[in-house]
Amino acid sequence: MSAHVIDSQVIVQTEHKEQENYLTAGYSLKSWFLTLDHKRIAILYLISVTAMFFVGGVFASLMRLELMTPQSDLFEPDNFNKLFTMHGIVMVFFFIIPAVPGVLGNFLLPLMIGAKDVAFPRLNLLSWYVYIVGAAFTMFTIVSGGVDTGWTFYTPYSTSSSQTHVVPVVLGLFITGFSSILTGLNFMVTIHRMRAPGLSWFRLPLMVWSIYATSIIQILGTPVIAVTLMMAGLEKVLRIGIFDPNLGGDPVLFQHLFWFYSHPAVYIMIVPGMGVINEVVTCFSRRSIFGYRAIAFANVGFVVFSFVVWGHHMIVAGQSVYSALIFSILSYLVGIFSAIKVFNWTATMYKGSISFDTPMLYVFGFQGLFLIGGLTGLFLAALGFDVHVHDTYFVVAHFHYVMVGGLVMAFLAGIHFWWPKMFGRKYPESIARFSMILIFAGFNLTFFPQFILGYLGMPRRYASYPDEFQVLNIMSTAGGSVLGLGFLLTAAYMIWSLFFGKEAGKNPWKATGLEWEKTTSPPPTENFFETPTVDEEPYNYANRDFTKDFNEEVKVGA
Amino acid sequence: MHSSDHSAHHPALAHHFQDLDQQKDATWLAMWVFLATEIMFFGGLFLAYVIYRSSYPDAFAIASNALNVNMGLGNTFVLIISSFTMAMSVYSAQMGQIGRLVVFLILTLILGSTFLGVKYFEYKDKFESHLVPGRHFDFAHHHDPKTGELLEGAHSESANKATEAHSSGHSEKAKREIQIFFSLYFAMTGLHAFHMIIGAGLLTWLIVLALKGRFSREYNSPVELVGLYWHFVDIVWIFLFPLLYLIGRHHHG
Repeated sequence: MSAHVIDSQVIVQTEHKEQENYLTAGYSLKSWFLTLDHKRIAILYLISVTAMFFVGGVFASLMRLELMTPQSDLFEPDNFNKLFTMHGIVMVFFFIIPAVPGVLGNFLLPLMIGAKDVAFPRLNLLSWYVYIVGAAFTMFTIVSGGVDTGWTFYTPYSTSSSQTHVVPVVLGLFITGFSSILTGLNFMVTIHRMRAPGLSWFRLPLMVWSIYATSIIQILGTPVIAVTLMMAGLEKVLRIGIFDPNLGGDPVLFQHLFWFYSHPAVYIMIVPGMGVINEVVTCFSRRSIFGYRAIAFANVGFVVFSFVVWGHHMIVAGQSVYSALIFSILSYLVGIFSAIKVFNWTATMYKGSISFDTPMLYVFGFQGLFLIGGLTGLFLAALGFDVHVHDTYFVVAHFHYVMVGGLVMAFLAGIHFWWPKMFGRKYPESIARFSMILIFAGFNLTFFPQFILGYLGMPRRYASYPDEFQVLNIMSTAGGSVLGLGFLLTAAYMIWSLFFGKEAGKNPWKATGLEWEKTTSPPPTENFFETPTVDEEPYNYANRDFTKDFNEEVKVGA
Repeated sequence: MHSSDHSAHHPALAHHFQDLDQQKDATWLAMWVFLATEIMFFGGLFLAYVIYRSSYPDAFAIASNALNVNMGLGNTFVLIISSFTMAMSVYSAQMGQIGRLVVFLILTLILGSTFLGVKYFEYKDKFESHLVPGRHFDFAHHHDPKTGELLEGAHSESANKATEAHSSGHSEKAKREIQIFFSLYFAMTGLHAFHMIIGAGLLTWLIVLALKGRFSREYNSPVELVGLYWHFVDIVWIFLFPLLYLIGRHHHG
């Protein structure tokens, strides 16, 4: 990394092409694989999480293919068990959890707070390598025959009966957990210690609040899953008793420990996505966010409540009915924080000057789908209803509406929104809108029938089902194909745009924020030509003159 | 800082920080946050301990009496003294007394190694007495000359109860419960020992840096940060020692 030395004289950046940016700072493999630049690390994450997304997608496609017919004809039930397990593991631990923090968080956090880099660039690179090592163990598990325990690794099956590769995949997840912990630690310190002059807590873009909240959950939750997987691994390898009742252990303890992390992990997945929505919805409504402080503190609410609702995963697992009642009530309360955000985004759009660019379309998609996902979550928090639909496709549909309908929509909104900043190029707008509609329609066709299937009693995790469920299953598989096409099309035009897209300019959306207004697209290695200072609230669209050219040159030293 | 000009050109200052103060603040916060993750990490094991001890109190008392309390107590003193020498290392670094810094770091390293050495003999003893959980675990016929004395001291109601349980055909159950204690003993002390080994590595690294003259009054954060880590690992032991070694010893007293 050569330090970017800046003359104290006024530099007017007129020739964009000659301006060195983080992408042109070096072309060797070494300049990528040993980079300490948070923006390059973000690109490394973008490539790796996208690859894992497609691996997980292949497993999903094979499952949907099998489920077109009531019999198990394409896969033996044993292999079907492996398919949904590997789909879950890859998607949860290697796509959803690292996607927004790893890619958008890494790229944007220092830019949004006016810093040259995150607080610990070496640790940041290490996080990516740790992720890759964990992913390597998981890929090894896949190619050597897979694992069939479900992504939850419930004991005693996982530690005593399962004959599949539990140990390497558990080791992989143990390792990947540290990537998440280190990223959270790094981001948290960055937000505390690296903010630009004038950037007080309530001037931060809400995306930064979201990343901060996510970091706290990563820091406090992930070590627990690490030690839980360590104990399960020790039990499997050394036959010591911790969870296996045959050895005197308690299998429900595993479930408590597992969900103590894995429920908060749901917020590691969705909260950064909500952060993206704040940035996009204000830009394309040309309005300041409605209820800034309410949204900021809703993030804090998520952090606190995410750690006290894990028991709602275990209502039928043999916990006391009083625990179940308390967990049920607490789970309802989480809805308050989601509602605060959704209502405030809606209020932000009210009387706004709304435009329908692709990122905004994804925000609309997010709002509708997350609403359905969130409200069905309240159904499931009700004890009676939960007992009825527990372990059915209703639950599957619910969390896919939150994870795919919520997080993937938000991720795509963010990727489309900041793509011009990341690469300095614009993607083809009309194809992107078409692709969004494909994804939205395909998603609903895939997962809405699953609500009905689950309500009618089709259990999850089976390769075969009674004949009367076939029509809805075929609808779901058809929707899956449309969804898959939508994702492939998106990947195709995004890659195309890297080479043939129009030059984006510094601020194509006329957005507010340091990353748009104070630096070039793509930004230079050290992000800004001089340390920016902040003297206004975020999303100050009321104070911007939109007749002006927002792509004017970046002036330095003035 | 005396002057930001001076600190802005310090060789230890990374390019993306404004000055050494900002860098020090960031690394301090990071270490505290890291220690929070460590508490959560050990927390899972402590939770398992609490649950199984409350489920199997008698078995835990009997099993605890098979541990060598003298070695555990000795190690506790060794660690407390090492915390003192570590604190003196930090103080010396802050005063810029590099010679004293090196001496105290070496003393800390020696004490840490002593702890690990004692732990090695304890583990060896447990291994030879078939107290390592797994296929060869055997508590019923456990009769070791070294620890026999301790087991004798455990002639308590709980021990008698276990003997009754043994005779009435529940020995398998009692054995499983005792084995869980040893599973947790090895998991918890093993994880702690692993942290001690990391700590010893960090101390060695500090000694090398100190001998190279990297530390001064202005710049000594690595010593302070390793100090925090070292104290944390000591505190974990302060909890482990009574929880593992001292339960069920008051019955006959």
